[in-house]
Amino acid sequence: MTTGTAAPTFQLTDTTGREHELAARAGSPATVIVFTCNHCPYALAWHGRIAAVADDYAGRDVEVWCVSSNDAARFPADSPEAMRERVEAEGWRMPYLYDETQDVARAYGARTTPHVFVLDGELLVRYEGAPDADHDDPSLDAAWMRSALDAVLGGSQPDPAETEPVGCSIKWRP
Amino acid sequence: MPTIELLWWEGCPSTPRALDDLRAAVAEHGLDPGVVVVREVATDDDAAREAFVGSPTVRVDGEDLFPPGDDEPVGLTCRIYLLADGRISPTPDPALLREELSRRLTA
Repeated sequence: MTTGTAAPTFQLTDTTGREHELAARAGSPATVIVFTCNHCPYALAWHGRIAAVADDYAGRDVEVWCVSSNDAARFPADSPEAMRERVEAEGWRMPYLYDETQDVARAYGARTTPHVFVLDGELLVRYEGAPDADHDDPSLDAAWMRSALDAVLGGSQPDPAETEPVGCSIKWRP
Repeated sequence: MPTIELLWWEGCPSTPRALDDLRAAVAEHGLDPGVVVVREVATDDDAAREAFVGSPTVRVDGEDLFPPGDDEPVGLTCRIYLLADGRISPTPDPALLREELSRRLTA
């Protein structure tokens, strides 16, 4: 997905059964879509940093939506039940959406877990890629994600606007 | 000469780092890093046959350097390791890798 283009709209359900419709976020300062999952060590290593971004920007009407698109039949750790259990056990404050058909991941061109997309108020993609430069360095603190959000909130272009996503491949259905 | 193997699956990008760490640990023991046998696990059938619980997996003479739990499912997936400080990682902690390798090689 090229930055500057319109983010594909979608409607998905989170682990509590609540529907989340991206179109409803139009006019909000920024929205972040993070393709992630339960079973990938890269997604797990980055998770705390992503959750911290969600907390730190919540007061500015920024929402971070996590989306799991993996084939749950082949990877039961990514089943809706496992997603719900994890959200409850870890006390997530971000919605964790299940993309059962994998249509959303396909529409975004999501390749890995995690793969981050930062959208502006017009739901244009302003950043896509990794949260920061190294899953193994917590001190980086999701710097690319934060910098993209700061740029969008400040009305400027993120720099970098695109980075290479790093993580486990999305587990597509056969 | 022990057989030291790195089993990997293409769905995880952790192989180069894991191989570098393993070869460095092998060299520290005075062995040629080239002795490391690198084997791809490509299919679900391969994973079942190898009792492969994820990529990367390091084995010495067929025994996992970091034995998985009994409930660890076999399959094509990325393996989750814990670093010495408790953080999650896609590759073994290099210090723990050296330690375990040393233990196996001197046993």
